[in-house]
Amino acid sequence: MSHRKMALCLSIIPGLGQWYNRQWAKGVLFLVFAASFLTAFADLFNMGFWGIVTLGTEVQRDNSIFLLAEGIIAVIVALFGLAFYCFNLWDAYKSGERRDRGDRLNTLKEEYHQLVEQGYPYVVSSPAFFLLVFSVIFPVLFSFALAFTNYDLYHTPPAKLVDWVGFDTFLKIFTVDIWRSTFFDVLSWTVIWTLVASTLQVAAGILLAVIVNQKDLRLKKLYRTIFVLPWAVPGFVTILVFAGLFNDSFGAINHTILAALGIDPIPWMTDEHWTRVALILMQGWLGFPYVFVVTTGVLQSIPEELYEAATIDGASMFAKFRYITLPMVLLAMAPIIITQFTFNFNNFNIIYLFNGGGPAVPGSTAGGTDILVSWIYKLTMQSSQYALAAALTILLSLFVMGIALWQFRRTNSFKEGV
Amino acid sequence: MRSSVRSKKFLRLFVSYAILTFVAVAIIYPLLWTIGASLNPGNSLISTTLIPKKPTLDHYRELFAGKESLLYERWYWNSMKISFFTMLGSVISVSFTAYAFSRFRFKGRKNALTLFLLLQMVPQFSALIALFVLAQMLGMLNSHWLLILLYIGGQIPMNTYLMKGYMDSIPRDLDESAKIDGASNTRIFFQILLPLSKPMIAVVAMNGFTGPLGDFVLSSAILRTPDAYTLPIGLYNLVNEVMGASYTTFAAGALLISIPVAIVFLMLQRNFVSGLTLGGIKG
Repeated sequence: MSHRKMALCLSIIPGLGQWYNRQWAKGVLFLVFAASFLTAFADLFNMGFWGIVTLGTEVQRDNSIFLLAEGIIAVIVALFGLAFYCFNLWDAYKSGERRDRGDRLNTLKEEYHQLVEQGYPYVVSSPAFFLLVFSVIFPVLFSFALAFTNYDLYHTPPAKLVDWVGFDTFLKIFTVDIWRSTFFDVLSWTVIWTLVASTLQVAAGILLAVIVNQKDLRLKKLYRTIFVLPWAVPGFVTILVFAGLFNDSFGAINHTILAALGIDPIPWMTDEHWTRVALILMQGWLGFPYVFVVTTGVLQSIPEELYEAATIDGASMFAKFRYITLPMVLLAMAPIIITQFTFNFNNFNIIYLFNGGGPAVPGSTAGGTDILVSWIYKLTMQSSQYALAAALTILLSLFVMGIALWQFRRTNSFKEGV
Repeated sequence: MRSSVRSKKFLRLFVSYAILTFVAVAIIYPLLWTIGASLNPGNSLISTTLIPKKPTLDHYRELFAGKESLLYERWYWNSMKISFFTMLGSVISVSFTAYAFSRFRFKGRKNALTLFLLLQMVPQFSALIALFVLAQMLGMLNSHWLLILLYIGGQIPMNTYLMKGYMDSIPRDLDESAKIDGASNTRIFFQILLPLSKPMIAVVAMNGFTGPLGDFVLSSAILRTPDAYTLPIGLYNLVNEVMGASYTTFAAGALLISIPVAIVFLMLQRNFVSGLTLGGIKG
């Protein structure tokens, strides 16, 4: 049997393969690490794996949700362990292979230097990675798992246990009438909202940047400063201010502006359609400065000769805009424009802070202007429909990821990124 | 001929100025209105005028009067603390991670980048229940440090992408020649890449600082008692307790946070605009 196979087989117990390769210190290190890993996490594995399978068996004693969380942590820790274990196998195999070829093996010191050299990117990015696991990946996995349980108001630990129910919740979204109609209402408004609000803010940003960028226009600096103000002020403040401005009974828009123009007060907060109009206008206000600033940067990088040549050829102002400025800007900004769309798709703050997703719709858990994320928030915080909220989260994530990936592929700009 | 060119130019400029003035007014009006509201006597907005007839600083005094339901000073410091440490943490973790992704080719690099791209599209707070359970299990409800860690973690994917894109645009010759001279990786990072990435660091720092200021969901799930609140939760509750009733006080509180943030933003603007244009486009 060749050294590499022998070493590989022996390192089924970490360290033995390294000993076989006469790397004594390394073998001890591996063995000690593996042993301490197992003893340290034995309880977690025991409890976690039992918990994630059964979700608890005895009311009062077992809290299904905590058990589920422990189970997921156990899975994550086990994956790290597995990664180390694979590394151990690979290391023994590689060293064995070198012996088969008759090469000298590295000393521990050399290995250490090699580790420092090759491991550098891992070492510097590991804090970020651990943080990501703990604050993003764990929660996402947890939500994912919840979608396959029956966790809701009637199954709330510690008084009740939660059970795995498979795809039931997903099926219900599409089969139970109220759920289905609410889901499609919310989804269609989410899509309309995303498209209209994002297009408005992008179009306004580009248009204003082009206008300000005209050579013979004065006060450029002043306009540019004023136009970034909506971006500079914290968004939640602006939204709450607008909620006051649009207020049906005392808001300045009805009271001062529309009254001065001789228009009757508009029910901004109580009529669903008017709330939608207000939301879209507001998002245009809030969102255009970012596009404006970036477009201004792009405009300044378009070579002047292009315009001069076009002028000589007798191109009109609009022709220049249509055939030079716009294509250049859109090409350069494709990724930024896409992020505007994904941002609005998930734009919880404006919907929730402005009017709480309202006005309320009778018999529905979602208000008239709720988008998917704000509906999910309400299901979680107000009606305790945790499993439904989690299932919707999964659908939403798949939807956004699908569209975004497709878009990124289409606009080549992504290729360079990775 | 001459005069038609001239009148065309006049018309173009006239329309331009008209549009710009309209937008400028639309931007400034709400801001002025807030200032007006904060100076108006009384709680209600019905009597509010843009320029108050009898301006008063009462609402500002009320903010600092230390009422049980209105711990404005406390919320302010909570917000500042959380924003500052989130900014610090995300600049440090993001710049190191971006350095690794931009300058090293290692196993798992491509997968990690794809993972980052996907994660930045899932809103972190859609996993709200999980974060709440996590806080409960760790016994860290009301903990600002937990919140800070969650904010930093949530910002890593997007900001790493921006920063990596920016670092990719810095010529590699620079660090390669330093490497030949015997500089260590860490030294190259601190002495070459970091100084050259300043515009993007400004962007990441700004995202880090303003992110927590714009968050309502995570903080309201984790911070449960008024003395732990941040400004967004505190001010939202102030407005929504009885809509309109304390609106003028809210306006005063809103201004005290908006003005410093906006001033810092405008001062730093030049730094991060170049970062955004370049990094954002390269993506």
